[in-house]
Amino acid sequence: MTFITKPKLHHPQLAANSLGYTRRDYEGSVSTLCAGCGHDSISAAIIQACYELELPPHRIAKLSGIGCSSKTPDYFLGNSHGFNTVHGRMPSVLTGANLANRDLIYLGVSGDGDSASIGFGQFAHSVRRGVNMTYIVENNGVYGLTKGQFSATSDKGSKSKRGVVNTDAGIDLVSVALQLGATFVARSFSGDKAQLVPLIKAALAHRGSAFIDCLSPCVQFNNHAGSTKSFDYVREHNEAVNRMDVVPPRAPIHIDYAPGATLAVTQHDGSVLQLHKLSEHYDPTDRIAAMGFLAERQAAGEIVTGLLFVDPEAEDLHEAISTVEAPLNTLGTRDLVPGGAALAKINESLR
Amino acid sequence: MPKPLAHVNDFVVKFANVNGSGSASANALFAQSVIRMGVPVAARNIFPSNIQGLPTWYEVRITEANRLGRRGGVDMMVAMNPQTWDRDVAEIEPGGYLFYDSTKPLPPSKFRDDISVIGVPLTQMCNAAYTVPRERQLFKNIIYVGALAALLDIEIAVIEELLAEQFAGRDRLIKANYEALHMGRDYVQANLKPVGLKVRRADAVGDRIYVEGNEAAALGAVYGGATVCAWYPITPSTSLAEAFTSHCETLRKDPETGKARYAIIQAEDEIASIGMVVGAGWNGARAFTCTSGPGVSLMQEFIGLSYFAEIPAVIFDVQRGGPSTGMPTRTQQSDILSAAYASHGDTKHVLLLPEDPGECFEMGAQAFDLSDRLQTTVFVMLDLDIGMNEWLTKPFAWDDSRQLDRGKVMTHEDLETGRDFGRYLDVDGDGIPFRTYPGVHPTRGGYFTRGTSRNPYARYSEEGAVYVDNMQRLLRKFETAKSLVPAPITRPSKRATRDAVIYYGSTTPALHEALDKLEADKLNLDAMRVRAFPFCDEVFEFIAAHDRVFVVEQNRDAQLRGMLINEGGVDPAKVIPVLHFDGTPITARFIAESIGMHMGAAMARVTEAAE
Repeated sequence: MTFITKPKLHHPQLAANSLGYTRRDYEGSVSTLCAGCGHDSISAAIIQACYELELPPHRIAKLSGIGCSSKTPDYFLGNSHGFNTVHGRMPSVLTGANLANRDLIYLGVSGDGDSASIGFGQFAHSVRRGVNMTYIVENNGVYGLTKGQFSATSDKGSKSKRGVVNTDAGIDLVSVALQLGATFVARSFSGDKAQLVPLIKAALAHRGSAFIDCLSPCVQFNNHAGSTKSFDYVREHNEAVNRMDVVPPRAPIHIDYAPGATLAVTQHDGSVLQLHKLSEHYDPTDRIAAMGFLAERQAAGEIVTGLLFVDPEAEDLHEAISTVEAPLNTLGTRDLVPGGAALAKINESLR
Repeated sequence: MPKPLAHVNDFVVKFANVNGSGSASANALFAQSVIRMGVPVAARNIFPSNIQGLPTWYEVRITEANRLGRRGGVDMMVAMNPQTWDRDVAEIEPGGYLFYDSTKPLPPSKFRDDISVIGVPLTQMCNAAYTVPRERQLFKNIIYVGALAALLDIEIAVIEELLAEQFAGRDRLIKANYEALHMGRDYVQANLKPVGLKVRRADAVGDRIYVEGNEAAALGAVYGGATVCAWYPITPSTSLAEAFTSHCETLRKDPETGKARYAIIQAEDEIASIGMVVGAGWNGARAFTCTSGPGVSLMQEFIGLSYFAEIPAVIFDVQRGGPSTGMPTRTQQSDILSAAYASHGDTKHVLLLPEDPGECFEMGAQAFDLSDRLQTTVFVMLDLDIGMNEWLTKPFAWDDSRQLDRGKVMTHEDLETGRDFGRYLDVDGDGIPFRTYPGVHPTRGGYFTRGTSRNPYARYSEEGAVYVDNMQRLLRKFETAKSLVPAPITRPSKRATRDAVIYYGSTTPALHEALDKLEADKLNLDAMRVRAFPFCDEVFEFIAAHDRVFVVEQNRDAQLRGMLINEGGVDPAKVIPVLHFDGTPITARFIAESIGMHMGAAMARVTEAAE
């Protein structure tokens, strides 16, 4: 894991955002993943997205489970608190953390083993509770850290590096997230930074459970012919339904595209998602249509990417349970302890 | 036929019912009416894991002498369940009383000739008075309460007062209940002779309250500043989460906005429950879950994370009969060992061992200070007997000057001073490091939390020496815990003795009664009630000061005894287990007989049997 810290030196001309942070301030330790790993591209996209959104790095809490993907929070946002929890249980820890302090931004990073196998239940329940979070699954269809076993997202019929054919049906996390009521659902590809960075930005700006399934080929164990999660396979079968720009609330909105092909979606925090539609029939605000479209394209062997569904008016768990505005971890004795007089009344009712 | 029993304010009435028949509230009414007459009561529900149709019992000990444990034996059986008739009748003490529904004649073989039989035609009376089936069933219970009141001299006005409070604002219901109550009373007065068991007005209750341990513990969590509760329903802990919810609704809403200063999540399972608790604890909120043995089994991995990554968490374990699904509605103290050393690897956890609802409240609040101070999991070990039965207990008290102790937390201001921050650095020798809350400072105090080995500055390390240092520091921290947890309480014998007894939790009142019985037989023991794990040094000093120490507990494997041997190097031959684990609360008779037998003395009953 993190043996190596990066030197603090950086190029003097590195541009700072309005908070005075350079891109370097959003980085973490040196990655110890394999050279060429898709996960490192996702870390880079997270760094870029946070820098561009001008988020104060320490106000982001990054949580993960166990596995190659779950190691990555060490490689970005070095000044943020991070929590490498237990296998498959990041969603519950993130939920608890979110309950304790609603003011931080929660980024959950997980893998296909962590979220589709051991943690499938927690993934499902955190999504259906509407926890305000960005949940990224770095999906390579394989157990990398234990050297190449199939994961639950491996497609039926795909071949392992050793030539074994997977006979179990694959779980499509995007379809599951849609069915469970996630209010932001996207899929992308670690090799497509132009698509991925705006998706992460939009997810971070979204209030509610935002889920991104990011295909991320494993260069060691799942990048061969016969794999459906290899760089070549994903590039050949990728069908993007839209491209997106995210305009933060404080920036002026420019329309660069022909209006007919662009859909502007204003999120709760005021940010505008400008979706440049690539597929004419695709409406990302219609959950049922999205589910149908996904199933149809999947049957045709295509991997649909882009922003697949968004509910810009979504409510989160804190609204559902009506908690106070102040983070619960800031409340003190006076706010929390009802005192002796209240207790005397309770005693009276128990006699 | 032996002489019919004659006792005033000192006898046991047991109700045998079918569950789901509405008997529970009538039986509770009976117990409360005795308390209102100033006579203490110890009542215990013995119920099945079922909603309707299975046998259920309610045992009420009327005890002016304040014997709040189970005595053992039944002086009057209210036999309302044909399914369990034979064993219920068999349980009555010689000279005791059988109260039954005499509507349907029963053959003489169904009775005993050494008891007094009291028949009231309850069904016949109900059928004559009511036409709706549900009314017939519910009012039958109130009719027998009225009949018992007349037999035992319980004041009808007291029961009426309780009914009026219970159904306040629903006059029609109050009137109907009064009618049923009077129907039972009038039948007895017109047709039956008085019995030898009597309730007489006294002043022995004082200012005590009558409350379940689960409710008390939940209230303790409110006063202890808990803001996050994540739980999964499991008997016998469910009512703890429900009580926390209802107390929060009245005590913890923002007075201006009406919004909640708490978050309660019914999780998808126990693993998610403890995961949320750990997440909230990591992020600086006080959080707890409540569960029972099977839940603790599921939580093992997270408990180890809390221990090793040093994250505060509170678990209320309301123990039931194990292993596996075991006896889910019966009581035991059988999770002590698995809680103390929960999770893989070398771990130890703080346990608090309340004796009654009063201590459930105190320890329920204290657990949160301890877990923040020690940055680890703290268990509060209730059991079904304390948790789900109402006990007479001293009133809850709170010192308004008390502040929540958040432990060693470095704030933004602390970090600004440039003070060195190492998340796992022991700066002052107590084994407890400082922590920071996430998001506290833009450039200082951030760290990566993990369940893997790391150095004092929270950086990943697989070096043996670094790992060993950290594990030794955790032991130092556990040593520090000894000075923070509730100390044991000693109850010295009136005469110097080399014999002693150690006990804990719900065993307490039965044990105290047993000690008095033993003393009457000139068997003297010093007694110590252990209230927490880690054991304070006093516990081992106490053992060292005696030749023979009985350890009384409600499990098969003498779990606390094993922990005493393990932690204190106690000679196993010196500590003698006294074990009661049939799922019913331990009785004074059982303890006195077991210890008495061991001490080579003939107990009164044993002598009698021999004669």
